[in-house]
Amino acid sequence: MAAILAVLEQRNGEVKRVSHEVLSAARSLADGMGVEVHALVIGPGGTNVDGLGAFGADKVLVAADDSLQLYQAHRYAYIAASAAGDCSAVLIAGTSMGRDLGPRIAARMGAPYFNDVKSLEGSGEISITRPMYSGKAIATVKITASPCVLSVPPNAFAPVEAGKAGAVEEVAVPEAVEPARATTVNVKEPETAVLDVSESAIVVSGGRGIKEESDFKVVEELAAALNGAVGASRAVVDNGWRSHSEQVGQTGKTVSPNLYIALGISGAIQHLAGMRGSKVIVAVNKDPDAPIFKVADYGIVGDVMEVAPRLTEEVKKLSEG
Amino acid sequence: MKIAVCVKRVPDTEARIKVGGDGKSIEESGVKFVLNPFDEYAVEEALKLKEAAGGGEIVVISLGTDANQETMRTALAMGADKGILLKAEVTAPDSLAVAKALAAELKAGEYDLVLFGKLAVDDGCHAVGPMVAELMELPCVSSISSLEIADGKGTAEREIEGGIEVVEFSLPAILTTEKGLNEPRYPALKGIMMAKKKPLETKEVTLEGSGVELTALAYPPERKEGRIVGEGPDAVPALVDALKNEAKVL
Ligand SMILES: Cc1cc2nc3c(=O)[nH]c(=O)nc-3n(C[C@H](O)[C@H](O)[C@H](O)COP(=O)(O)OP(=O)(O)OC[C@H]3O[C@@H](n4cnc5c(N)ncnc54)[C@H](O)[C@@H]3O)c2cc1C
Ligand SMILES: Nc1ncnc2c1ncn2[C@@H]1O[C@H](COP(=O)(O)O)[C@@H](O)[C@H]1O
Repeated sequence: MAAILAVLEQRNGEVKRVSHEVLSAARSLADGMGVEVHALVIGPGGTNVDGLGAFGADKVLVAADDSLQLYQAHRYAYIAASAAGDCSAVLIAGTSMGRDLGPRIAARMGAPYFNDVKSLEGSGEISITRPMYSGKAIATVKITASPCVLSVPPNAFAPVEAGKAGAVEEVAVPEAVEPARATTVNVKEPETAVLDVSESAIVVSGGRGIKEESDFKVVEELAAALNGAVGASRAVVDNGWRSHSEQVGQTGKTVSPNLYIALGISGAIQHLAGMRGSKVIVAVNKDPDAPIFKVADYGIVGDVMEVAPRLTEEVKKLSEG
Repeated sequence: MKIAVCVKRVPDTEARIKVGGDGKSIEESGVKFVLNPFDEYAVEEALKLKEAAGGGEIVVISLGTDANQETMRTALAMGADKGILLKAEVTAPDSLAVAKALAAELKAGEYDLVLFGKLAVDDGCHAVGPMVAELMELPCVSSISSLEIADGKGTAEREIEGGIEVVEFSLPAILTTEKGLNEPRYPALKGIMMAKKKPLETKEVTLEGSGVELTALAYPPERKEGRIVGEGPDAVPALVDALKNEAKVL
């Protein structure tokens, strides 16, 4: 029977945590079908692929070449589609790379593609669930075609230890056969590394309830104390206080952290679209009727400038205590 | 420069979504439909490129039913020159089927640049642009937040986790647009009047389904009722206690 291919992601030669989630999702599907999981890692020479067996890989295919250090869409797609061969499904993470690469692999294979897959099962035909209309509805889709390409969002599947062999096998890296269509020449990184909202287990977001740009530090301080990422509503992104990369919502990022704290955010439908999948939601708002309280597990009615610093203080006590 | 922009008709982001009687689709009556918000950035970018070049043609292409004409008129009112409606009934979200139909039309048009939104806010597939690019064997950069084009070459930036990727490509090419690329203009009254007279051609197409079937559409599970822990900063210790001992997230 044909294997499940999990296309993993590396940054600077280290496999990302989100790839362990993809492996675990692939493992659960493969166990249902009674087939193997093959992991594919595309990256620079010396990419560290140790320990992938522990997350469920029977075999680890490595396409390593220094020209593959950065994400080169077209070459990655070519390598992945070749490695997918007669696999029955290809799984990938819904990161900025996966959201670009997944559809490309699918188009090359002539296979259907779905992103945002929240659950998947099946032994012959695969059945998936995924949100539609920005999470206002959940669709169940039956995939009768084989193979298919599926992308799973970060934080939807917990990494599970599985103890498989994870035997490493080098795969040939084809010369850039076709003329390079597009080349990633550089990745600009900020001087101090920032946690990305879509990948962090804790997100602290601020909205227009914060009146001054300088006051946004109460959000940053709480995020720092919790080791979480800073998020923002569109209102504060559009007025130029925060970068779009931090925006949560329909036209920003979709997040599903363990803990989401909304500070001075009203809870507009487009904001909820991006965060209602969070496991625990906390809201601080001075208006007891703010819609955000309808989705919050815990709320405090009050002034963000008073509540947030106190919360930072208490969290620090907890981690010191 | 000849630019195509692919646009989709989607429910307004404010719209309440009601699942229809068949349990597979939404109730459309009473729902306001709009030009997909991400496609507005694509239309705007095309207009800016045309203005900078001092000429060119912008063609908007939409796949769907006659109702899509209204959506296309919005793009024409913003300043696009003509429209092509590919008439077909699209049922299950089937990005590959849509991509194949669009690719066939785009091939015939010989465009220098084809713009897409990064995703359509109805099915949220985030797929059609890069799929079309692979089918047409064209360079493609998705979710771009900045763009420069000169002498048949382009440089685009796209946000990735913790950084910004810089990608160089040659034309013809395919790009998908992210919020932040530009500020889409509102159609002026004059534009709306002119749009009514702009050519809008209709072509019948047949979709080649790729083996997917939407079997059920349901409402998301309700979040369980939350509670207000208290008022003001004095409520903080109780909140921290609940997060630590009840929710176990600290
Ligand atoms: C097509 C489209 C896409 C959109 N996409 C997004 C998106 O991706 N993300 C997004 O967030 N929005 C999006 N929006 C915008 C959205 O509709 C709202 O306008 C936005 O989310 C409001 O941001 P906010 O909650 O910060 O501000 P407001 O709605 O102004 O809310 C501020 C809140 O702060 C509270 N407050 C005021 N003072 C204090 C205080 N001192 N202490 C505590 N609380 C206080 C108020 O009670 C209020 O509830 C989109 C809109 C459209 C049309
Ligand atoms: N039916 C359609 N007609 C024209 N363009 C479409 C259609 N569906 C999707 N697109 C384009 O593809 C982009 C991404 O859509 P999707 O992959 O469905 O999220 C949209 O922003 C549009 O630019």
